[in-house]
Amino acid sequence: MSAVIQNLVNQPYTAGFVTDIESETVAKGLSEDTIRLISTKKNEPQWLLDFRLDAYRHWLKMEEPQWPNVHYPKIDFQNISYYSAPKPKKLKTMDEVDPELLRTFEKLGVPMNERAKLAGVAVDVIFDSVSVATTYKAKLAEVGIIFCSISEAVQNHPELVKKYMGSVVPTGDNYYAALNSAVFTDGSFCFIPKGVKCPMELSTYFRINTQDSGQFERTLIVAEEGATVSYLEGCTAPKFDTNQLHAAVVELVALDDADIKYSTVQNWYAGDENGVGGIYNFVTKRGLCQGARSRISWTQVETGSAITWKYPSCVLIGDHSVGEFYSVALTNHRQQADTGTKMIHIGKHTRSTIVSKGISAGHSNNSYRGLVKIGANADGARNYSQCDSMLIGQSSGAHTFPYIQVQNPTAKVEHEASTSKIGEDQLFYFASRGIGAEEAVSMIINGFCKDVFQQLPMEFAVEATKLLGLKLEGSVG
Amino acid sequence: MILQDAKTLLEVKGLHASVNGREILKGLDLTVRAGEVHAIMGPNGSGKSTFAKLLAGHPAYELIAGTVQFEGSDLFALTPDARAKAGLFLGFQYPVEIPGVANSQFLRLAYNTVMAGRGKDELDPLEFDDLVRERMKLLEMNPNFLDRSVNEGFSGGEKKRNEILQMALLEPTVALLDETDSGLDIDALRIVAQGVNSLLNKDNAVVLVTHYQRLLNYIVPDYVHVMEGGRIVKTGDRSLALELESRGYDWIVGAGADKAVTA
Repeated sequence: MSAVIQNLVNQPYTAGFVTDIESETVAKGLSEDTIRLISTKKNEPQWLLDFRLDAYRHWLKMEEPQWPNVHYPKIDFQNISYYSAPKPKKLKTMDEVDPELLRTFEKLGVPMNERAKLAGVAVDVIFDSVSVATTYKAKLAEVGIIFCSISEAVQNHPELVKKYMGSVVPTGDNYYAALNSAVFTDGSFCFIPKGVKCPMELSTYFRINTQDSGQFERTLIVAEEGATVSYLEGCTAPKFDTNQLHAAVVELVALDDADIKYSTVQNWYAGDENGVGGIYNFVTKRGLCQGARSRISWTQVETGSAITWKYPSCVLIGDHSVGEFYSVALTNHRQQADTGTKMIHIGKHTRSTIVSKGISAGHSNNSYRGLVKIGANADGARNYSQCDSMLIGQSSGAHTFPYIQVQNPTAKVEHEASTSKIGEDQLFYFASRGIGAEEAVSMIINGFCKDVFQQLPMEFAVEATKLLGLKLEGSVG
Repeated sequence: MILQDAKTLLEVKGLHASVNGREILKGLDLTVRAGEVHAIMGPNGSGKSTFAKLLAGHPAYELIAGTVQFEGSDLFALTPDARAKAGLFLGFQYPVEIPGVANSQFLRLAYNTVMAGRGKDELDPLEFDDLVRERMKLLEMNPNFLDRSVNEGFSGGEKKRNEILQMALLEPTVALLDETDSGLDIDALRIVAQGVNSLLNKDNAVVLVTHYQRLLNYIVPDYVHVMEGGRIVKTGDRSLALELESRGYDWIVGAGADKAVTA
């Protein structure tokens, strides 16, 4: 294991700063009273409080999942603050946003203000739990697109939220989804009406700023018949030596011929090299291809978090619907990732593609876990899965747990897997051609992740390669 | 060709080196001048490949003693990538596979890095494409090879042609070709040898490390060195290689014959 690779993968976390903003945080602890308090603070209708309480009662009866290949001390859910909001929080224009906050996003390289315009990106920013500002709302409204925080949507479009929230991930779906349903404080809502192609990439940035606060955001995206949207999500968090819980729920609904592309670059603080601190990222993401010929595509680049537990999935109900999952997961030091997808084929001639690339360095553990399920009525269903692992160094682990359940004899399911290693001999080969270790590792990892990076929108692809400590040759892609 | 007053490119003196704590090179001396072709022959385990890899800077090979001057400067003061930029080239016996990295991309990065290191112009992808396709003709290579991942799924012959293609692109001053003939059929051997010959000129030099003399039918050496026990124990001209072919190595090795003779 050469020192050069060590240095490359051990680059310090640059998003690990705390923003000094006065925030309003409720006392730690979870009870029905906490939930009522959150609901009251957010001026929610009764049905939503009922939704939360129903979820909470489910959650009380549930057990934390033990099956993931990750290890951590038991979480004390009473030692978490479930609501934290920067003050003041009523903002009408960008000028009203706390300049400190804007500087935070500048440091993060979030494209807001003019930069957002240039990049053609509409950004909904979630800081701790409250959506701070949504840019481009008006422009999107012209074509009938609703893009706002979920809190605003609850106030302004309650019928849509009520109709779709919980329709993909029910309140009692799993332990963390139930917790999220009980205590979620904000998130993004996006509605693309029938026949509308969203004219720009929509983007949300999440950031956890307060120590001992959990972040439970809830995202809901609905694309009506023939609508298309591409949605980007970025995540960072400051360095704390305590662990912070992030339990999000993302629900996507695609009606007939709709197309949703959801891309994530996740760079939550991963803890230090001894595994102290870092985010527990326990996230439920699921898309419902409800309509015929609909398509949902997940692309994720997971580089942060102490623990990642995440399976962006597609439920393919509509005939000829398509589910895709493209993933790069990089773990280093003591990070643990158990991530993958579920492709549930229910409709006829449904198709799914899974491309997973795991990179493990240091003492980290990286697991791919994926389910491909072909139901009895899914005539002519087709799945292709490719799971590749790359090991850097001697002490990291890569694991693959594919689950395949086929109940229809006309289905075709393929699974390919490989494991490779960046070794001394590869680096020497590059060196003997004049190419230094940094560029060599960059090129090797870039080549390894190529199939996934190609799926990312341009600016995210750039960020992703940067995040992996890579330098991209200008025109090489 | 042996030239009068040719510049010394490589001067190896008293080289001792080890791998995994075992001493393999035990006092190797060699002088290579511009325009020359040297062949280093010898039985398995005599240290031929160790010598090539040590010079190129493989991290597993450790220098114990001795010096190597490359165009008058200390070679071991340079990192492996700096040696490549300075004009040293190693053609690998077993080139590694690099999945996912297109050959065109790799070759261009290598070319531009090395040329930038020599203060020469880098090429954009289109310019480079013209250059690489022209050099590929030299080695009768299929253009689709540019789109394939570096050495991945290449036959033995394709890998070796790729090595010589890299030599053709990087235009080294001294090329060490480690068992370039191994794994080649007779047609591939001829093509690879023609490629090497076409690159030879009065300002550069080639050191062929080989087990068999068959390569030397195509690339005619000015000097043939026999290595044994980590040293060069006999040096001759082309006829020495032919003699080795008919008589084997035992007569030199067994006889303990001539002591370290350098060219």
